[in-house]
Amino acid sequence: MDNNWEPVIGLEVHVQLNTNSKLFSGAPNKFGGEANSQASLIDLGYPGTLPVVNDKAIEMALKLGIALDGDIPEQTVFARKNYFYPDLPKGYQISQFDEPIISGGFLTIEADGKEKKINLTRAHLEEDAGKSIHLLSERLTGLDLNRAGTPLIEVVSEPEIKNAKEAVSFMRALRELVRHLEICDGNMQEGSIRCDANISVKQKEHNKLGTKVEIKNLNSFKFVENAINFEIARQINRLENGEEITQETRLYDEKTGETKTMRSKEDENDYRYFPDPDLLPVKIDSSKLKVIKDTAIELPLNKRKRYAVDLGLNQAQIDTLLNDPALTCFFEKSIKNSGLSPKLSANWVTGEIMKYFKEENINITQTRVDPESFIKILKLIEIDKCTQNDAKRIFKMIWDDEVSIETAIKKTLSGKEKFSDENLKTIVKKVLSDHPKQVEQYLAGKKKVFGFLVGQVMKASVGKADPKRVGKMIEDELIG
Amino acid sequence: MINPTSSISEIKRDLDTKSYSHTELTEFFLDRIEKANKKLNCFITISRESALKEAAAADSKNNKVSSLFSGIPYANKDIFCTDQIRTTCGSRMLENFLPLYDAEIVGRAKSLGLIMLGKTNMDEFAMGSTNETSFFGAVRNPWDLTKVPGGSSGGSAVAVAAGLAPFATGSDTGGSIRQPAALCGVTGLKPTYGRISRFGMIAFASSLDQAGFITRTAEDCALCMEFLSDFDIKDSTSVDITKGDYVSELNGKLKGKKIGIPKEYFDKNLDPEIGQCLNEAKDIFSKLGCKLVDIELTSTEMAVASYYIIAPAECSSNLARFDGVKYGFRSMNSSDIDSLYKNTRDEGFGTEVKRRILIGTYALSSGYYDKYYEQAQRVRSVIRNDFKEAFKKVDVILGPTTPSTAFPLKNGAPSDPTELYSSDLYTIPVNLAGLPAISIPAGLSKQKLPIGMQLIGRAFNEHVLLNVAHQFQLHSEWHHKTPKFNESFDG
Repeated sequence: MDNNWEPVIGLEVHVQLNTNSKLFSGAPNKFGGEANSQASLIDLGYPGTLPVVNDKAIEMALKLGIALDGDIPEQTVFARKNYFYPDLPKGYQISQFDEPIISGGFLTIEADGKEKKINLTRAHLEEDAGKSIHLLSERLTGLDLNRAGTPLIEVVSEPEIKNAKEAVSFMRALRELVRHLEICDGNMQEGSIRCDANISVKQKEHNKLGTKVEIKNLNSFKFVENAINFEIARQINRLENGEEITQETRLYDEKTGETKTMRSKEDENDYRYFPDPDLLPVKIDSSKLKVIKDTAIELPLNKRKRYAVDLGLNQAQIDTLLNDPALTCFFEKSIKNSGLSPKLSANWVTGEIMKYFKEENINITQTRVDPESFIKILKLIEIDKCTQNDAKRIFKMIWDDEVSIETAIKKTLSGKEKFSDENLKTIVKKVLSDHPKQVEQYLAGKKKVFGFLVGQVMKASVGKADPKRVGKMIEDELIG
Repeated sequence: MINPTSSISEIKRDLDTKSYSHTELTEFFLDRIEKANKKLNCFITISRESALKEAAAADSKNNKVSSLFSGIPYANKDIFCTDQIRTTCGSRMLENFLPLYDAEIVGRAKSLGLIMLGKTNMDEFAMGSTNETSFFGAVRNPWDLTKVPGGSSGGSAVAVAAGLAPFATGSDTGGSIRQPAALCGVTGLKPTYGRISRFGMIAFASSLDQAGFITRTAEDCALCMEFLSDFDIKDSTSVDITKGDYVSELNGKLKGKKIGIPKEYFDKNLDPEIGQCLNEAKDIFSKLGCKLVDIELTSTEMAVASYYIIAPAECSSNLARFDGVKYGFRSMNSSDIDSLYKNTRDEGFGTEVKRRILIGTYALSSGYYDKYYEQAQRVRSVIRNDFKEAFKKVDVILGPTTPSTAFPLKNGAPSDPTELYSSDLYTIPVNLAGLPAISIPAGLSKQKLPIGMQLIGRAFNEHVLLNVAHQFQLHSEWHHKTPKFNESFDG
């Protein structure tokens, strides 16, 4: 690829809100279900029916607006976007045009290991369309309008994204944000987040933007990356061959990894936007807005920084924790006011607990050990009342047998005499004096024998001692 | 004996004293409708079966629905969805359309025990002021069968004028209740925008459409308002505001009330005969102690132009859903989705509807939006403001409803549509401003054609309008006049 070319990318990301009901009707907002079983007369665009705005969707949009540091107006207006399509029941989509619920704002993404701010043009609310299902073999098209009326927020970025990696990073950051705000399930396979990418390339030293091409409906990180890379290469290739870029809308073909013309600019609809006369402008309630601001969560980005810097967690742990907002919540609960070491908790949450989840293919919402019990178990380790292994046994007992924590502790630790520091020290001293040769080797710098010494102490304590504590004691004895 | 022009309270009294049963009453009106409809064509659907069933239920000893309003027969304009009863909106597009729900106002009437006699004819999708654009044929004016009844609620106005129903619902986007009421010599109220739910009323121009009533008297109209108007959470433009005491306030004295006379409403367009009748009406109000105040509504002449941008713009979008995909008419001559759309809409819609969709589509097009739609909205706020200023000085505004009496049927012969549009000049400003207005009979022309007087009120002041109209009717006889045509059925 020629280095003289610079891609300019802007994204329009559609985020499905996880409200109970649709944006303008009381029909359930759920993925799947028998075709047309979740569409009310309003969603079907029945003559005489009227939309009523779902307050919950407004609230979710405001949450996002605050998290993105966007401007929130005193009132926002729904507008009709008019075009004909079989899965668009009313012949228009209720969307927003010149008075969106969020203007401006930014999203911080990770680019080349650094933070980068991507400014946003706007974010607006709109209803999703239904789905056309083409049965080519029977030359039929069926309509499933279950999705019609599902609330969407479309987040529109400024063209400040430089490459496919940044685009994916933008998608990841937005997905993480909306999941932590609990306004979207983030399920890409079910289309909960999908994006359109506007791509052009320009010569590096020029400010003049190239002709842009829009790629519609990318619904996985991989597709976003592949489609953008393909499109950049295609455009550069054309320009270098002296060909022009046609302004058009293209579709990404997952099978070939290529983008293909969907429609040219001439075939673009004139959407004839105008304020929807069925819906009055929505006034933003300032007291409600204040409540939302006051109860705003810590942004995932800030959490990531705090976990790394203040809590000393590693990147893999942070990723695992933030990958599931409920898991993040479980973790935070475990260290809040408990005095528990965040590192110990993180080790367990991302290690031991995740192991169980993976085995059973479940998530934290189905945990059989509640945060309170979890704290109690880890506390036993911290105050040296049990070993990591015993703690794991206790955990397993609660998980498998669903016994109370008290029972599990009793069963695991009973008969296991806990070594006092003094008792343990006696054993350590005995082991050291029994193995002078090894002690000598260790002191001479042969660190390997240290494990042997620890092993001997463990053996002498019949496995009941905490190896970490033993190690420290040996060190103290020999060096301190 | 059942009197076809009895008032609602007279019918209620007769039902209570068992002068006749609900079934007898319902059958009486159904029989009249069936006879008269052959000449007048004012009903598209006569719901004999369901009406008689409801009447029988009302007559049965187990009847649990008992309200001050129960048992009264009425008719619905065919723009209101009626559960499992055909709702056509006067269009081929919905020729066989069976709604799955009742419009809010229809549901209210049902729950109060009213008995629906049928669905009245109307201009297609309420677009027209002659009732000639109906796919189901023109409606004839009982005062003169060669004349139009007005529109778009022509069927409802004729049904009441001919004594085929004690009252009927209507909808008014630019005069569609008041104008046919005036041309048929009955009372027609367009309430304030937002007063009655639009839910289930098939939309023409959402920001202008308002449901209302066509009745014999202002008193009956007050009853309709009292029982059938209410805030509805299903309609975001419905306004949650206290209802007036429509019935009890009918008897308020008019002494000291200020009545505005806008000079723009008494212009060269007005038939002098109508002007003469309104002068007589003014005299009556003067005698009742009202003060007549000359006012100006200078924006009046811009109203028609503004309306014929806004209404078509909204209609072009509202009618997009009729595409042959989900319900209603579907052209069978299509090979793909594009031809399905084109053929369905070409064959399913009539000329006037297509004309307005085209105007509206044009007005909203990119590059023209500012010039037309936005400009029209600016005019609209000027008009609204004009009324606001006027209502600082007066309580009610008095003017004609129409510039002329009923005009001849053209039987589909082409006419200059703009000429017809401009005959709505006195009714349209009211819709643009969202105000309530009532048309009541104020005279008969030399040709024995009814003349209507329009009273316009402040927003949500229907009770004032009804009070003023009722007091006028206590001192005039015009609302008791019935067309000669009725005699062929009376007795």
